[in-house]
Amino acid sequence: MITTITQEQNNMTKPRKPADQSQQEIDHTAKMQAINVNVWFGKKQVLKSVNLTIKPNTVTAIIGPSGCGKSTFLRCFNRMHELAPNAKMTGKILLDNEDIYNSHIDPVQIRRRVGMVFQKPNPFPTMSIYDNVAAGLKLTGAKKGKQLDDIVKRSLEQATLWNEVKDDLTKPGTSISGGQQQRLCIARAIAMQPEVILMDEPCSALDPIATAKIEKLVVELKEDYAVVIVTHNMQQASRVSDYTAFMYMGELIEFGETSQIFENPKETLTDNYITGVFG
Amino acid sequence: MMNSYDFRKFKNQLFFILCVVCVIIAIIPLASILFEVTTRGARQLSLTFLTSTNSNGGIGPAIQGTLILVGLTSIIGVPIGVLSGIYLSEFGNNKYAQNLRAINNIITQFPSIIIGITIYGLIVLELGSFSTLAGTIALSFILIPIVTRTTEESLKLVPNNIREASLALGVRNWRTTISVVLPTAKNGILTGLLLAVSRIAGETAPLIMTILGSRYFFQGLNKPMAAIPLEIWRNALQPYPEAQAQGWSAALILILMVLIVNIVVRLASRSRMKT
Repeated sequence: MITTITQEQNNMTKPRKPADQSQQEIDHTAKMQAINVNVWFGKKQVLKSVNLTIKPNTVTAIIGPSGCGKSTFLRCFNRMHELAPNAKMTGKILLDNEDIYNSHIDPVQIRRRVGMVFQKPNPFPTMSIYDNVAAGLKLTGAKKGKQLDDIVKRSLEQATLWNEVKDDLTKPGTSISGGQQQRLCIARAIAMQPEVILMDEPCSALDPIATAKIEKLVVELKEDYAVVIVTHNMQQASRVSDYTAFMYMGELIEFGETSQIFENPKETLTDNYITGVFG
Repeated sequence: MMNSYDFRKFKNQLFFILCVVCVIIAIIPLASILFEVTTRGARQLSLTFLTSTNSNGGIGPAIQGTLILVGLTSIIGVPIGVLSGIYLSEFGNNKYAQNLRAINNIITQFPSIIIGITIYGLIVLELGSFSTLAGTIALSFILIPIVTRTTEESLKLVPNNIREASLALGVRNWRTTISVVLPTAKNGILTGLLLAVSRIAGETAPLIMTILGSRYFFQGLNKPMAAIPLEIWRNALQPYPEAQAQGWSAALILILMVLIVNIVVRLASRSRMKT
């Protein structure tokens, strides 16, 4: 117990590698870029100087063992981690070269541009399938009426759910199967026409067939969006992503093209993880 | 010697039988109350009884009084209680709210006679008269903490991932609360409201010290007023069989009113979306 506390304190008081901050240059071609991100929950530091670049129209996978901070990191990209009490963050996250943590930026506006799909399908239980997809636009007052019908149809089509639910649009969003619910949640995120879609282990509660559908969808989505997907399934990362980041104990160990990470990792830790030595 | 499988099966059956027996025991008082009140109270029910004053052999003023009291109290208490519950559940992650929650829970447990005597001191003595106003305030003191508590509890049952789903779409906090969280918790909140309203409809002790009772129909917010619980209480103390019979009938009316309110609200709020 005593040793743990000391370790944590060490982590907190240890000076950041000054090299990180100066060496990290702003990449103007990036859609999003995390620069030197540190996150604490209370006194526990869960992210340590993480840097990552998200390119437009790509799928970036974040892999790593449970508790390595990958979900927390993902939630930094749309400021959702701020909802946790006593969360604290330093560093920058750029969206189109602008820091989303600037004091004049409204997190609500960021979340409209950076959509999110959660681990467990979470459609709104009191709303119909139609209203679930339209919810974002209705509740933010963005769109109404006929326009809304078109967007709902297009979003459901893009989420490859339209053919399955087109006759049941007034049924509750929770009346369909888990895999369908997850695609409904993706349609709900797409309907906002975001620029980036974050996915937090979107298949971990689904069976293999539903998983295959979502994976196919993820690859299709990159034509219009930048997609960041957190997964602890390495095969999934290698199937769907263009870039892969490997995280361990709150640090980003290695980042590169997916083929390079899986076939020719530079770090032994990465190699050990993807070959199943640990994790 | 029983083997362990049979023994577990036996325990399971024993437990089931125990549950059934307890349910029956719990139902006996309820059923006997309903039976007594109905058989003794239904006899002298008539339109005259429902609409005329005491001197003409009816409890019209008491019915009117209870409707006014419950109505006014709900108008004052329900919005305050629901909004407080929302505050405690959705924005209550601070010291102030924690204290508020503790105090609220204590008030919920207060004997209603204490609330009655407090309002007697604060309002009846100040205004110099028993009044409808004092009764409404006393009942609000009882209603608000219950509604606050049940609203908070219902909202807390809404899973956090529903809130996150809405916030992640870029929906503002207040909008998430109103359009996503509240509808999800609607049934729980409604049940709490109905329980609270039913409870204040039957409160007697605080009314004795605030509205006093009256032989006439409603005469103004600053005047004493009749109410069904008072009618039951007064009639039950009378030695005359006719008065006692009236008390039984008043009790039956009170039960029916609570029942009707419950049914109407349930029907009106039934979800349009069927699974």
